[in-house]
Amino acid sequence: MSKKMHIKLKVNGKDEEFLAEPRELLIYTLRERLNITGPHIGCETSHCGACTVTINGKSVKSCTMFAAQADGAEVTTIEGIGGPDNLHPLQEAFREHHGLQCGYCTPGMITRASKLLEENPNPTEEEIRFGMAGNICRCTGYQNIVKSIQAAATEMNAAKEAAE
Amino acid sequence: MIPVAFEYYRPKDMAGVLSLLEEHGDDARVMAGGHSLIPMMKLRMADVSHLIDLQDVDGMSEIEIDNDAIRIGAMVTQADIIDHPELAKVAPILREAALQIADPQVRYMGTVGGNVANGDPGNDMPGLMQCLDANFTVIGPDDEREIPARDFYEAAYMTAREDEEVLTAVTIPRPAGGYAYEKQKRKIGDYATAAAAVQIVKDGDKCASASIAMTNLSDTPIYSEAAGAALVGTSVDDAALTAAVAAMWGDIDPTEDNRGPVAFKNHVAGIILRRAIERAWSRA
Ligand SMILES: Cc1cc2nc3c(=O)[nH]c(=O)nc-3n(C[C@H](O)[C@H](O)[C@H](O)COP(=O)(O)OP(=O)(O)OC[C@H]3O[C@@H](n4cnc5c(N)ncnc54)[C@H](O)[C@@H]3O)c2cc1C
Ligand code: FES
Ligand code: FES
Repeated sequence: MSKKMHIKLKVNGKDEEFLAEPRELLIYTLRERLNITGPHIGCETSHCGACTVTINGKSVKSCTMFAAQADGAEVTTIEGIGGPDNLHPLQEAFREHHGLQCGYCTPGMITRASKLLEENPNPTEEEIRFGMAGNICRCTGYQNIVKSIQAAATEMNAAKEAAE
Repeated sequence: MIPVAFEYYRPKDMAGVLSLLEEHGDDARVMAGGHSLIPMMKLRMADVSHLIDLQDVDGMSEIEIDNDAIRIGAMVTQADIIDHPELAKVAPILREAALQIADPQVRYMGTVGGNVANGDPGNDMPGLMQCLDANFTVIGPDDEREIPARDFYEAAYMTAREDEEVLTAVTIPRPAGGYAYEKQKRKIGDYATAAAAVQIVKDGDKCASASIAMTNLSDTPIYSEAAGAALVGTSVDDAALTAAVAAMWGDIDPTEDNRGPVAFKNHVAGIILRRAIERAWSRA
């Protein structure tokens, strides 16, 4: 066993501090240490995107980053995006347009989609498919995921306009 | 999938990195984006006792463009390349290739330095850099040196970089003419079954020069001088394309794996190269 490291993270706006071995992968820190179980483990081999979180403004597969690498970073998981009492427009749209079936991929999908819409508030279908290519879904066939993201984009843009 | 235990370091400067590499020798490895190294550590195919994270070392995240050359810091990510409008104008092949690497999450993390230093024949940037005649700058305990991309790759995961050296930048002469990066893969996010990087200069209606490199068709990237030479002086007609493909076949040495048997790979390599040349020529 190697020396434990003192690691600080800000997760969904809350400061967290703990001691961990350098080999601890961020997904385990989130799920098992901090009990933030929204990000899922689908493949554990960097392919499926179920573990996607946002780290310092980038979509990252948290199964492919050590907690030590994220030391000092801001992390957002699906829990930080919205919850049962305050659904994010993406969550609302996935529910409305059947963007999920089993739901296993959904936290990663929505976390990635939130970043995609931040970078490109008006994506075409092709841009959505390309921008979501790191997230795999075994159920939906993607059609309704694309629809959900389009609907959320429309909704978010309308809300932004109304606010201006 | 948890790697073997290791010590983790995040030095603030290159001197710190180099002294750790000297102290721990073979047992130490630098890490950039970690998106090749961490999967290998998780599979326990890479055994690293001392992991040196480069993320806090300054001076390796810049893209500098001057009249003759483009200098890309080793820690520039694939996403940085895609999002750099001036680079896309000056060397559009870099963006075209970066968009075909992995998926968005991986491209935020994967770096140019890691991609070219890794030595995996599946990586796309080594062939790309050979096509562009790039130089890699590496720094060691005593000095800094330049290694041409075309001399860098010795075998799978074996490169001209010494263990105690760090790759700091990739320098490319400003490319001229038409370009194409063409890649055949089984699915988005996959490594190439075959990929071709092509830069072509046109003079009147003849090809004045052509540079061609192939990816994942040998245990190293393949710069095919003969394939380029087959196009020079021609109008890049069907006969020239056939000659270039035949010359390329003479240089590659694919092996059978889960992407298919040798005959299939040769077939795909031929199609991909043809498409790449045609597209590059149409843009020349
Ligand atoms: C799902 C998935 C799909 C992918 N698909 C593709 C693909 O289609 N095409 C492709 O090209 N790549 C692909 N990759 C690999 C990805 O692009 C890697 O990120 C990249 O190859 C390595 O960059 P890195 O910064 O992550 O390097 P790391 O993983 O940090 O390092 C890789 C190796 O290079 C060494 N190294 C890193 N930086 C330096 C340096 N500055 N000096 C000396 N040595 C250094 C490390 O010690 C290590 O041995 C994929 C990865 C994943 C997870
Ligand atoms: S669990 Fe991380 S990518 Fe699949
Ligand atoms: S809804 Fe089941 S994996 Fe996507």
